[in-house]
Amino acid sequence: MNKPVLGLLLGGALGALDGLTALISAPEVKPEIVGIVIGSTGKGLLAGLLIGFVARKVNNLVAGILIGTVIAALLALPIALHADPVTGRRYIWEIMIPGSIVGLIVGYATQRFGQPAAQRS
Amino acid sequence: MSLPDATLTHLRRVLGVPTLPGDRYEVREPIGHGGMGTVYRACDRTLGREVALKVLRADVAGEDAAIRLEREARILARLEHPGIVPVHEVGTLADGRVYYVMKLVRGERLHDFAQGSGRADVLRVLLRVCETVGFAHSHGVVHRDLKPSNIMVGSFGEVLVLDWGIARVRGSIETSGSTGGEPVATPGEDDTATGVILGTPGFMAPEQAQGISGQIDGRTDVYALGAILRAITGPTSQGGPVPRPLEAIWNRALSPDPAGRYGSAAELAADITRFLDAVPVTAYRESLGERAGRIFRKYQTAIILVLTYLAVRLLFLVLRGL
Repeated sequence: MNKPVLGLLLGGALGALDGLTALISAPEVKPEIVGIVIGSTGKGLLAGLLIGFVARKVNNLVAGILIGTVIAALLALPIALHADPVTGRRYIWEIMIPGSIVGLIVGYATQRFGQPAAQRS
Repeated sequence: MSLPDATLTHLRRVLGVPTLPGDRYEVREPIGHGGMGTVYRACDRTLGREVALKVLRADVAGEDAAIRLEREARILARLEHPGIVPVHEVGTLADGRVYYVMKLVRGERLHDFAQGSGRADVLRVLLRVCETVGFAHSHGVVHRDLKPSNIMVGSFGEVLVLDWGIARVRGSIETSGSTGGEPVATPGEDDTATGVILGTPGFMAPEQAQGISGQIDGRTDVYALGAILRAITGPTSQGGPVPRPLEAIWNRALSPDPAGRYGSAAELAADITRFLDAVPVTAYRESLGERAGRIFRKYQTAIILVLTYLAVRLLFLVLRGL
């Protein structure tokens, strides 16, 4: 499996799980859980794909982890800034920190595993 | 002032410095001594390169020894492999001693390399030795004198198995040997016994030490590889506790009964590779706790990252409840 595909699958899976944890961390959002999971999965897919492409170019564990964290944090930021329409509350840290850690995990995984890009002659 | 040629020749003979026929090779200084021969650094004037010259020692020179050294050169020439030193030429000196010219290898012996390297690096070197020995076995050659001092680790990572002087070739007639008798006591483990029993105490398999030549096969070298593994990765060489699976690998290779050992150098190498890859080895049955520990060590970064994620989630949950 190549690195972008690995990033895509892992980012999507972790994004979906991350979205589902809202049921535990913020039960009041239960009515919107489908939208949250879809949004979180989409964010994970996009972040994973980007991190996977970066891993193809950058072969460095620390750099991969840092870049993964930053990409995931940037993608989580607009969602975190978006206030809950019912309560008007913003879940900045609750979204940003776990979302960034997901990017960190995907960054690590795409550096350690996955097929590197084939060398062109 | 220059000495007459006759005087020079006499002095060289007295000092044991070989005089090669022709003027292609200029012998420089001795760089090593084995059970049978002395190795000199020499210069190949024709090709402008340094080479190694192995010459039969004057004190062991005799028909048997000459045949054995020539045989060693032929074995080396027959085994074309990156782990075996290539031979360029074989011949006889004016005084009748046999010599051969080979590639000059620069580096350190395995025991010296092991002192300054980590266990994993040492094991990777041993894997290369297993590969070379396995190659020789596939060509019907059993080394019979594998030990750390016969393995050279080159400056650029090359690993070479040296001193094939007492190697046994399938189908060949032994130049010396016996069917009985006690192992020859030698002054130190670096001295190869050249009497009735051929080999080095401490690295010789029981069947070799007892002179049961009919039982000598690739597993005899597997025993020596096990002894090398113990010598270079054991507590005396590496310090600290030895992982049980590694200990089990050398114990299996050192089984007194050839049938209890790994069937080939490749099988031994496969178990060493498993150990390096942190997967279960065939020589050791691990407990549940050991298995958990091994899996944790293998995936510790990934496990720590996932635990961090879960810890953060838990933290927010706790904070929310306050």
